[in-house]
Amino acid sequence: MILDWTTFLLLLSAATPILLAALGETIVERAGVLNLGVEGMMITGALAGFAAAHATGSPAAGFLGGAVAGAALSLIFAALTQYLLTNQVATGLALTLFGLGLTAMFGKPYEGVKAPAMPGGPLGINWVVWLGLALVPVIWLVLNRTRAGLVLRAVGENHDAAHALGYKVRGVRVAAIAIGGALAGLGGAYVSIATVLQWTEGMTAGAGWIALAIVVFAGWSPWGVLAGAWLFGGVTVLQLRLQAAGVAVPVQLLSMAPYLATILVLVVISARQKYARSASGAAPGSLGRTFHATR
Amino acid sequence: MTRRRLLASAAALAVLAMLPALPGTAQAQGTPIPEGEKLKVGFIYVGPVGDGGWSYQHDVGRQAIEKEFGDRVETTFIESVPEGADAERALTQLALAGNKLIFATSFGFMDAVINVAKKFPDVKFEHATGYKRADNVSTYDARFYEGRAVMGTIAGRMTKSNKIGYIGSFPIPEVVQGINSSFIHARKVNPAVEMKVVWAYTWFDPAKEADAASALIAEGVDVILQHTDSTAPMGKLQEAGGIGFGQASDMAAFKPTPRVSAIIDNWAPYYVKRVGEVLDGTWTSSATWAGIGEGEVEIGEITDAVPPEVKAEAEALRDKIGKKEYHPFTGPLKKADGSEWLADGKTATDEELSQMNFFVEGITAQMPK
Repeated sequence: MILDWTTFLLLLSAATPILLAALGETIVERAGVLNLGVEGMMITGALAGFAAAHATGSPAAGFLGGAVAGAALSLIFAALTQYLLTNQVATGLALTLFGLGLTAMFGKPYEGVKAPAMPGGPLGINWVVWLGLALVPVIWLVLNRTRAGLVLRAVGENHDAAHALGYKVRGVRVAAIAIGGALAGLGGAYVSIATVLQWTEGMTAGAGWIALAIVVFAGWSPWGVLAGAWLFGGVTVLQLRLQAAGVAVPVQLLSMAPYLATILVLVVISARQKYARSASGAAPGSLGRTFHATR
Repeated sequence: MTRRRLLASAAALAVLAMLPALPGTAQAQGTPIPEGEKLKVGFIYVGPVGDGGWSYQHDVGRQAIEKEFGDRVETTFIESVPEGADAERALTQLALAGNKLIFATSFGFMDAVINVAKKFPDVKFEHATGYKRADNVSTYDARFYEGRAVMGTIAGRMTKSNKIGYIGSFPIPEVVQGINSSFIHARKVNPAVEMKVVWAYTWFDPAKEADAASALIAEGVDVILQHTDSTAPMGKLQEAGGIGFGQASDMAAFKPTPRVSAIIDNWAPYYVKRVGEVLDGTWTSSATWAGIGEGEVEIGEITDAVPPEVKAEAEALRDKIGKKEYHPFTGPLKKADGSEWLADGKTATDEELSQMNFFVEGITAQMPK
């Protein structure tokens, strides 16, 4: 009675923002860039998307606005880390703080404003959820079965070698960062337009950090990201539904489960990296390292 | 240990350093602050000022202080401070910045306040909804359960499915009182009513609060009371055609429905009074627990979505509670495990309420351990 279609629909909805943001971050990290600004890009997408949806009355325009805003913010990160060669960890953290502050300021006029109604989709699942699901195989295919994906992975694994082969390391990375930003912005817009149906300061409440953890949990694979997002969304929704149904569950334990799973996977990954340097499930070789072409 | 000593000595140094610069600021309790000298007042909030609920309402109180005292005070706040160790850092920061009166506005700041207050004996602290006090630490709270009684009455009358939901934050006495009070009064007017409880384990996470509302709606709930700080459940209620109540703040943007009424925390009079006492040197450590009668808990406008007779009934209850003619926890009442709690006509003591950790008879939800 609890593991029914309604729970699945709620799970899909709860998992979508994290799924979108984590898919974006997967692309970014596979290109060798660690962008810790996911939370900042999500909250910016949440506000910009809500503002666009409110102004036009169309949720579709809102999602587009959220994606554009997320991409725009990520380009600041790209300019700083790829052209001015700043430290990626520090710049990413700054981007999160910047996004939270910026939206707190510009979000004031939107407090207490209601979102336009979300249109439904096939099977009662709205089309942004479908888009998120469709992106999983698409991104997997592009990363693993196309030339563009191969170049992107080469840049992420060893930027010096890719550069020596004549690939534009910086160009590939900027493009990856922008796509990652757009997906994070889309995920944020989903929170404000489809989940919460309004703008509230700080409303993503850490979803960006969960997305970052899921990328690692997933071993940088889109399918793993889907599994991680569903696990997280599923546990969140399931424990709420169990509670609402009056079933006695150790809530604290269930709430902890996704985080415990992440820590466990991290331990497994690091152990695997230590004993066997196999490529699958390991972090991209150049992850987080600054690239300077003259070296 | 060394870290704590380091912090303490750093604090002591900072206080010493301020002494020559600002002669006479290190007040002994009971010394008024002279004209022309500013009193710095600090606040820490658990959520963002723009949450539209709890923290927003405390900030309204802060603004009331500025309006009342103008040049004589200077206020600052730190928002979105997590409950726990980080609160100590935020409080220390405010104390080192020269704030002589600091309001900590969430239950989970309790131990942090007590720890920091020990290091700054000349700074006065006010902790909301807690129960630990010291010579320089006061506590203040509002009798939210009085407002919940009125909301419960409306909820019991308005539900069509006879299922009402409650989104709880943490299983602490303040929240448990609210659940019990709303249930008792909903059942009083509608014996068929059932209460579903969901704990969100957060004060502020709009997405999770919305998911909690969805989970309750999926169980057939059509009236939701919330004890979390954002307006997120309102959005879901609107979508599903249910009704809810503003929490902490009026949440007027969702009038006339889903928000049919609200419990408003009006901290301004207390804040203005306490700042005034520090200014004229009469502040002493105390425990304040005010309710509808004192104006600290207000009932937001009951909208036209509620039938007039229900509205009249709710307002009559509000006035009776306000005049102290009726206590929301009046026997006969049993605990959920079937044991006797209050005999006929007996009312709960404040002591009992401040430690309430059980549901009353009729609530089938389990209390988390």
